[in-house]
Amino acid sequence: MLGAVLATILVLPVAALVLRVPPARLAARLAEPEILDALRLSLVTSVSAAALAVVLGLPVAYLLATRSFPGKRLVEAAIDLPMVLPPTVAGLALLLAFGRTGLAGRALEGLGITLPFTTVAVVLAQVFMAAPFFIGAARAGFAAVDRRLLDAAATLRASEIRIFFHVMLPLARPALLAGLAMALARALGEFGATITFAGNLPGVTQTMPLAVYLALQTDLEAAVTLAVLLLVISFGLLLTLRAAPAGRLRTRDADAPR
Amino acid sequence: MRLIVAGALALAGLATPLHAAQARLTIFAAASLSDPFRELARLFERRHPGSSVRLNFAGSQQLAAQLDQGARADLFASADARWIDFLRARGRVAGEPRVFASNRLVVIVPRRNPAGIETLADLARPGVKLVLAADAVPLGRYSREALARLAAMPGAGADYARRALRNVVSHEEQAKAVVAKVQLGEADAGIVYRSDLTPAVRTAVRALEIPERYNVPASYVAVRLVEAGDAAGVEGFLRLLTGAEGREILARHGFLPPAGRAHDREAR
Repeated sequence: MLGAVLATILVLPVAALVLRVPPARLAARLAEPEILDALRLSLVTSVSAAALAVVLGLPVAYLLATRSFPGKRLVEAAIDLPMVLPPTVAGLALLLAFGRTGLAGRALEGLGITLPFTTVAVVLAQVFMAAPFFIGAARAGFAAVDRRLLDAAATLRASEIRIFFHVMLPLARPALLAGLAMALARALGEFGATITFAGNLPGVTQTMPLAVYLALQTDLEAAVTLAVLLLVISFGLLLTLRAAPAGRLRTRDADAPR
Repeated sequence: MRLIVAGALALAGLATPLHAAQARLTIFAAASLSDPFRELARLFERRHPGSSVRLNFAGSQQLAAQLDQGARADLFASADARWIDFLRARGRVAGEPRVFASNRLVVIVPRRNPAGIETLADLARPGVKLVLAADAVPLGRYSREALARLAAMPGAGADYARRALRNVVSHEEQAKAVVAKVQLGEADAGIVYRSDLTPAVRTAVRALEIPERYNVPASYVAVRLVEAGDAAGVEGFLRLLTGAEGREILARHGFLPPAGRAHDREAR
């Protein structure tokens, strides 16, 4: 019963979108250069943003999971903050920090680097909004790794770096992949921070969600078609990332006798 | 189970409008009308004790789309007659559309003026970061038309409109977003409505007037919608809007009186 209610709330809107668009029209839309531009831009920026979130987030998640230090709670809360910030406010905050007259932006401007209205700004906005999702999942994954396995590795005189790469990383892999999927999904769907911080220019900063939003104001059919396209792609990406951890869980059980 | 029923009831409660005893007017108005319409709504409520006016501001194109998708309102005030026509074609318009104000375009640059823009011709200089409203937004359409007209001004240089359009770094989704980008100093220049130059905005930007000859007048049109429950109430608001007090309030917020008869006809 509860499941049916939840399914109605979660699935029905998505189904309504998909049912509205005949598949032939999807294919026809895919051939349009403007759509291709938005699609390409969305994929390039969100994959870059997710990759950056992983590279920058891994050490942070590891430290948060394995160390305790004064002010840790504060750091954790600060990292979670972008998740509760309304995206347009996040965009404004990014402008005030990295805009031409922003805190760091002024220094960047001196170096000849201007971020707003560039593709880099799109990625930056996506990292800001998506990184907390990866860090949260990775942190939980690292924390869930059996301490005894780490201790065992340490008694065998493995260095911390070796333990990290050969014990922690493989064992936390399902959580890391789930976090990556969340970050990628968040980056792909990012709208408010992007339009506020990076603006909206086809081919440069107009990602799929921005294209959908603007189409919504003039041509509903086009907007729905674009939205379904975005949905199909996001679904495919999420499914691919979900497929991987299932295979790893078996290995983990085999490696970690209880 | 009881929890689900309670939850469903709560949701249903949120989804149904409250049926209050007093007259309630729902007005959808172009974002650029925010300030004068808030004032007009307060005035109307004072004049008609017990009545209440609910306002919803967004880009005219967005409001028209919302209305087309089943949003309910009594009155629609658009920054572009095109969106009134759009709704009329869908059978949503009840009364006669009334042109109640007009607006002019103005170029704004940040006070600091990072690109050193002194004349309208400078907008087409390579490297200038120009921000316009998107094509679908009435302001965006007017802005592009103004650039096309400005190509005829002395000193515009060859290919003025094309060069200026090449400088566009963002198509914003509404007028206020263009203002914000210039106000924050991120864009070198933007084209907005004269009425966007509120006292607060004026402290952050400098305005470059567009001569009347090249300017594109925006006509504001209001119309009663078919689902209006209280037709008399809507007509009352329209009378206030088009009367002397309405004119005075609109003028105070930088709007101009409706353009000549020609525009009245155009709005139909």
